[in-house]
Amino acid sequence: MAQDAAISKGFESSAALECVSLACLRGGRILFRGVSLKLSAGQALHVTGPNGLGKSSLIRVIAGLLPAYAGEIKATGRMALADEKVALDAGQPLARALGHWARLDGSAEADVSAALAAVDLAHLADVPVRFLSTGQRKRALLARISLSRAGIWLLDEPANGLDTASIARLGDLMARHRAGGGIVLAASHQPLPLEAAQTLALADFVPVAAAEDAE
Amino acid sequence: MIGALGTLVRRELMLAFGLGGGARGSAGFVMPIIFFLAVATIYPFAVGPDAQLLGRTGGGVIWVAALLASILPIDRLVQADVDQGMIDQYVVRGMSEELIALAKTIGHWLSFGPPLMLAAIISAGLLGQSAEQLIIVEIGLACATPALAALGVMIAALTAGLRHGAALGGLLLLPLAVPLLIFGAGSLTPGSQNGLLLLAAASLLLTVICPIAAGAAIRAGRE
Repeated sequence: MAQDAAISKGFESSAALECVSLACLRGGRILFRGVSLKLSAGQALHVTGPNGLGKSSLIRVIAGLLPAYAGEIKATGRMALADEKVALDAGQPLARALGHWARLDGSAEADVSAALAAVDLAHLADVPVRFLSTGQRKRALLARISLSRAGIWLLDEPANGLDTASIARLGDLMARHRAGGGIVLAASHQPLPLEAAQTLALADFVPVAAAEDAE
Repeated sequence: MIGALGTLVRRELMLAFGLGGGARGSAGFVMPIIFFLAVATIYPFAVGPDAQLLGRTGGGVIWVAALLASILPIDRLVQADVDQGMIDQYVVRGMSEELIALAKTIGHWLSFGPPLMLAAIISAGLLGQSAEQLIIVEIGLACATPALAALGVMIAALTAGLRHGAALGGLLLLPLAVPLLIFGAGSLTPGSQNGLLLLAAASLLLTVICPIAAGAAIRAGRE
């Protein structure tokens, strides 16, 4: 799989991510507080917890899309975000929609086909994104992440909508990314194919009153 | 950042001109132009074929039609990108919302301004405008369409995520575009060529301020 190795290169191998006592305030209530984590090259973290606890908010805070109510984030290297939004133009053929991000992230056209092959979508490269099924979209999103040449992958429920074979492919992609010195921070309520990953149970950082609200 | 801006503009143009399918309905740039021509076509039906009357009022009609046509694309400019997560992805890549808004303004103007100026030639013929009047209209549109595009992007950013945002967008755009209308149509009165200078000044101001305001609106809308 020499072609896949070519994709995962391109970021500084010294990726690092550190968060110090993060808190998040949404809609007037504290979702979580005191979340600290430290990840260096090759490490992975699985954020666990039931729905509605703030896993997605934690990822968006780290990605810089939501302001942190307290705490600080120190990131070395670029980030790539995968959430429930595919961010591929629905009317464009898959390869062209991915090509937009490849161009922004400095990847070559050849990388797009390689990334599509890695998630078994090469045969759909010319099909407009709107005709893809849920699982295929999710795999297209993984192709976008692996094209991003970012050292830090932030994945929100990456296994949602994927079948068994695709979950194995997701495991491969994440393992290869970590082997190349990348960091994976994934939030999911379900088990993920992440070997030797740290776990962070977000429920431990939710204020008691808010936890009762959620139940 | 210039390279990123170019890539963003490229995507806006591909979508607006419907290349490769076009997510926002293929060739979305056509609709405002057809609307613009339709207004110019029905005006003589309403006031009659009096060439003198048409010649005197036709320039003003072109300006009103251009303003109304600029309302049509507003609902597709920002909302779809927020829904699809495109904006989030740009921001994660460290692009400022102002840069995104600037790219959208440039892309929107390129798919709106030049086609409108071409259509204005046809409208001027339908409305009995002389060659001198047509030249002033074209210079005026060249000055004003960047501001109309910038206003459109700003209002699209402000109304993204609101219910009935499209209708509200039209109401918001019209009063803000009134200076363009006054100076643009006013420059057609013989002996009042200063109108074009004031039009250029008003347009420059709007074109500079609107992407900044649009960027702030996109940022605020993410909360």
